[in-house]
Amino acid sequence: MIDWLHPSVFLILGAPFIPLLRGRAQRAWVLLLPALALATVIMMAPGIYGRLEVLGLELVFGRVDKLSLAFAWVFSIAALIGAIYALHIEDSTQHVAAFVYAGSALGVTFAGDLFTLFIFWELMAIASVWLIWSRRTAASIAAGFRYVLVHTAGGVVLLAGIMVFYTSTGSIAFEAMDEPGLAFYLILVGFLLNAAVPPLHAWLTDAYPEATVTGAVFLSAFTTKTAVYVLIRGYPGTEMLIWLGTIMALYGVVYAVLANDIRRLLAYHIVSQVGYMVAGVGIGTAMALNGAVAHAFTHILYKGLLFMGAGAVIHMTSRSKLTELGGLYRWMPLTFILYMIGGFSISAFPLFSGFVSKSMVVSAAGEEHLAWIWLLLTMASAGTFLHTGLKLPYFTFLGRDSGVRTTDPPRNMLVAMGIAAFLCIFIGVYPAWLYAMLPAAVDYEPYTATHVVWALQILLFTGVGFFMLLKMVGGEKKISLDTDWFYRKGARLVMAFVNRVVVPVEGGMIRAYPHVFRANLKLAERGLWLDKNVIDGAVNGVAATVQRWAYALRKVQTGQLQHYALLMAGSLLVLSLYWWL
Amino acid sequence: MDLGKLLARLVANTKTLKRAAWAILALLVVIDFFLPRHHPHFFWDMIPGFSAVFGFIACVLIIVVSKAFGHYWVARSEDYYDD
Repeated sequence: MIDWLHPSVFLILGAPFIPLLRGRAQRAWVLLLPALALATVIMMAPGIYGRLEVLGLELVFGRVDKLSLAFAWVFSIAALIGAIYALHIEDSTQHVAAFVYAGSALGVTFAGDLFTLFIFWELMAIASVWLIWSRRTAASIAAGFRYVLVHTAGGVVLLAGIMVFYTSTGSIAFEAMDEPGLAFYLILVGFLLNAAVPPLHAWLTDAYPEATVTGAVFLSAFTTKTAVYVLIRGYPGTEMLIWLGTIMALYGVVYAVLANDIRRLLAYHIVSQVGYMVAGVGIGTAMALNGAVAHAFTHILYKGLLFMGAGAVIHMTSRSKLTELGGLYRWMPLTFILYMIGGFSISAFPLFSGFVSKSMVVSAAGEEHLAWIWLLLTMASAGTFLHTGLKLPYFTFLGRDSGVRTTDPPRNMLVAMGIAAFLCIFIGVYPAWLYAMLPAAVDYEPYTATHVVWALQILLFTGVGFFMLLKMVGGEKKISLDTDWFYRKGARLVMAFVNRVVVPVEGGMIRAYPHVFRANLKLAERGLWLDKNVIDGAVNGVAATVQRWAYALRKVQTGQLQHYALLMAGSLLVLSLYWWL
Repeated sequence: MDLGKLLARLVANTKTLKRAAWAILALLVVIDFFLPRHHPHFFWDMIPGFSAVFGFIACVLIIVVSKAFGHYWVARSEDYYDD
């Protein structure tokens, strides 16, 4: 009798069978896998399971406690909703990628040691990029490569941190980090990158809007929230996170004002909302940590709903810019209403889910008398409603008629949105269900008359401001530079600098050697020899190696999806073998 | 019942909606004068209607500052990265 089963067994090991099935059987399988994962999580009891001794390291695949269970619940619900939303997709690559991605997120959640965590962490990045590439546009291919490169860099920093941690403590157990040192900061940077904390956030806002319609729904759920989970686990009460989170909450809001692409606007609001969670981790009191978990839980549901709504618009109209949309409410009324439920939830309207979770973090800041944090987080709340609840729906569904005539999306998409919308309202109306799952006992009542009136005033007077400045707030046919500029344009500037400055200077020096050292020609000759054989040799050697590598890599990068899928399946096989070893 | 038509009727009656909205806004501020303050953390918790003013100012500030930030610094044409 097996006393514990990892839910990822279904998602990761079941995924490779998806391409072997067709039609109805495939759709049933796609629904069955996340349903089994969810059932496994529902039946799970707290404890430590799946211990494994490998090369003297103790790996723990199943640390099950209230914290990991809360995240596992919402991750598996999100996987099921995402699978329903993507049910009409016939491209099996996307299904496989989505399930391996969701399974890895659950793997991170239950990982009790840093090594297991790292394996699933990397697998998440490798699997999720397929959801971006699968859109098969030049923009999505390029954005996907940038996404992988940034996550690889983050992964290297994380791995370095884990290695330093292991050599200094002799353990790889993943518990709250106590002594600030090299390992503390390296691992923190690795985590913050995945949590999309500026300036390490641009991978998200660059890539998510380029993902497939259904892929973006999965993307919005897992990467940033596993990062929030590991921050809660490893860095509770780390003071710098309070300010980082607050800056993050406002940063996303500012860029959302400038966004024209609807999914880019929503992506910037992931940054903003995760800011509340990061700030909650930094505050570190029981209430703040509860708030961070609760907000991650509700966020995954309403953000998924918002991405599904925006995705439905893109799926039906093939347009994604506010300047090209408008007046859709008449043609997509259900999508409009379901989207608005997500919009009210993220804006924390009373009776919607965000109200019962976001206010925990803000109140925790109040309890600690952090006046600026409280004011700035409240300001960001106004900004959230301004964009996600007013700007996006107004210029997409209402406003000027764009002339688009369409209908609501396929039924499976509506059903997925309906489930998410139901949960948003259910949690908003009956928060006790959510509160019972939180790591610490909850002594917090969101529904007091003062709090409800307070929240409604903030939100509705934000609405007054929006309609007053209506002419100013619409989308513009512009893009906004963000920190991805440094690796998209900055790299080119470095090359230009090398060509225009470094090369001429070096040339000048070569010409200068004989003149400078005329008195001692031998020395000059030696200098020339040194330059030619050692300096140039090293430079050329590096260049030749890079070229060889690039050539080899180009052969590997066939561009054939089948080859990539084969590679993925192969790596999975190796990984699972390793697992059972 | 055609949901689209129902929504269209609502959109056609923006004047009534606007009046209702103003009434709700006024009501919210009036109620705030009579609500108890159990656990005030900051001095502004005691001021009735503070969050209404704060919400409005926050909204205008976010729009104006962000748009200025965009226009003077980070906005580029859509094909900026294409070359």
